Amino acid sequence: MMASTNQTARTEGGRIKALVAWIDDRFPMTKLWKEQASEYYAPKNMNFWYYFGSLAMLVLVLQILTGIFLTMNYKPSAAEAFGSVEYIMRDVDWGWLIRYMHSTGASFFFIVVYLHMFRALLYGSYQKPRELLWIFGMLIYFALMAEGFFGYLLPWGNMSYWGAQVIVSLFGAIPYVGDSLTEWIRGDFYISDVTLNRFFALHVIAIPFALVFLVIAHLMALHEVGSNNPDGVEIKKVKGPDGIPLDGIAFHPYYTVKDMVGVGVFLILFCLVIFFGPTMGGYFLEHANFEPANALQTPPHIAPVWYYTPFYAILRSVPNKPLGAALMGVAVVLFVFLPWLDRSKVKSIRYRGPLSKFFITAFAISFLALGYLGMQPVTPTYTMAARVFATVYFAFFLLMPWYTSIDKTKPVPTRVTYHAH
Amino acid sequence: MRTKLLVLLAALAPVAAFASGGEARLDHVNIDVANKPALQRGARNFVNYCLGCHSAKYVRYNRMAADIGITEQQLIDNLMFTGERPHDTMRIGIDPDQARRWFGVVPPDLSLIARARGTDYLYTFLRSFYADPARPTGVNNIVLPGTAMPHVLWQLQGVQEAVWEGHPDAQGNVQKHFKEFKPAKPGTMKPEEFDGFVRDTVTFLEYIGEPARLQRESLGFPVIAFLVFFTLLAWALKKEYWKDVK
Repeated sequence: MMASTNQTARTEGGRIKALVAWIDDRFPMTKLWKEQASEYYAPKNMNFWYYFGSLAMLVLVLQILTGIFLTMNYKPSAAEAFGSVEYIMRDVDWGWLIRYMHSTGASFFFIVVYLHMFRALLYGSYQKPRELLWIFGMLIYFALMAEGFFGYLLPWGNMSYWGAQVIVSLFGAIPYVGDSLTEWIRGDFYISDVTLNRFFALHVIAIPFALVFLVIAHLMALHEVGSNNPDGVEIKKVKGPDGIPLDGIAFHPYYTVKDMVGVGVFLILFCLVIFFGPTMGGYFLEHANFEPANALQTPPHIAPVWYYTPFYAILRSVPNKPLGAALMGVAVVLFVFLPWLDRSKVKSIRYRGPLSKFFITAFAISFLALGYLGMQPVTPTYTMAARVFATVYFAFFLLMPWYTSIDKTKPVPTRVTYHAH
Repeated sequence: MRTKLLVLLAALAPVAAFASGGEARLDHVNIDVANKPALQRGARNFVNYCLGCHSAKYVRYNRMAADIGITEQQLIDNLMFTGERPHDTMRIGIDPDQARRWFGVVPPDLSLIARARGTDYLYTFLRSFYADPARPTGVNNIVLPGTAMPHVLWQLQGVQEAVWEGHPDAQGNVQKHFKEFKPAKPGTMKPEEFDGFVRDTVTFLEYIGEPARLQRESLGFPVIAFLVFFTLLAWALKKEYWKDVK
């Protein structure tokens, strides 16, 4: 035994093999690599929409890394927070780059996740057997919204302050327990040092921890059921004699090299913003947030950051506050029920009928329109428009059992559509 | 009471100015934060006319000197008057309580004013003071009505008066709208000279809002160039691998 190990260890490659064998006897390293990458078979017809999962992972890692370095110089106290962010921007070596990566990363995280979610809507990726995969994804989205909200208070600018004030006060709309609940969330009678300190704890430990955990669960569920594809065909149904799906290709190297192209294009766009327009004209970093938090002076126009505005528009379009808050909550949560609202026999939009196509288009337009309206000051016309778009938004979900069951569908092929390049 | 009213006015004024929109049209100003002579003139204007009352407490003297292209000795000789050291930030000795007594408000720190309000706002604000005997300072401002700030630059600009025009509405009430300024007393500078003076000052304010901007934009090009190269390489690699996929 000893002799043979020594012989194989004589060459460099042999040594590495021996090390791998040593580890594999104690930890399933090679097994995990095969299961998750080199022998994980993904459909070969995945298109543009399939870049956003790996990109979301990339942004998560970037946010965690830049977050660690920000935490080294940030002070979570009402007296020092605003100044410490400026200290990072001016005096810390490369602090401005780290901060802009983090603030731009927040917006890009939502861009990527919204596109990733829309992909699931287009190709019915939430349908059986991917219901749990979808639910884990939705939990990631909720955690992300919480993460963004807690993080937005940390720079302690005036918009941070009043944004938190507005959102926390929404919990006050809950009957009976509302007021005590808001007090419990803030830990004080108003947004204060205490609130800032606990939001910091939630932003840097609690939520990221939950996020990473949920992402692992999301990936485990994905690799258990297998990836969906633009045709909505289950590739596992047609396997070759070797047990490998005929339309499947190994994730590594095929999709790892393909995703690298996606990463390159993504980073170009990301860096264009970081280096040439980190505030994005006030959409990624709001102007009012360059003034320190001031409990006595509200910003001229309070609007949440763009990624919450579709829901904020729904909230504002309802004249009754508790009802508005409830509808906003429902608008966010409705996504979870998609696997059961959708009664269509086919997954992909490619084989669905005109009704489904109409509703998903109307939904996408409403979501964008609500996002725009949520950023604008309230006017009677805008409020009316927000009501119309909110109705369309809800109709997409609530009428889904009806229109998906009566909609005409096209026959789904047994194999995926793929043209070799 | 008067103080409280002033504070309230100062607090509400920006709301009014932003909400009405049409009332105070902002003049557009083209500035270039990479223009070192403009930054140097702006720094001179800033320490002479602004820094008496306004701090820029996040701005470090020596970093600013390096960025605007002057030596530390030039900085000490020309831009520092009160015994700070070059590695200090631009703080001021004004006592907040006294400031409140004199002006009704503590003059805001100007480190980030350009990022909060925008350069057009600052450029228009500084040129829009007009004589108003009803105000304790003798002046008012079109952009920020009721501002507690006196017209610090009056010797340079001179004194101007506001011309209003009124349109009676259906009830016969006349709503006054600002029409234009009319010079009342000339200053030491010609109007174009004064506009240039304000533009330089605003350029400096824009620079101190984000000193990293100069670095940021120059680093951006090589980064993007590298990423384009990386993406092309990744794309070629992808094409090579995907030849097998039939």
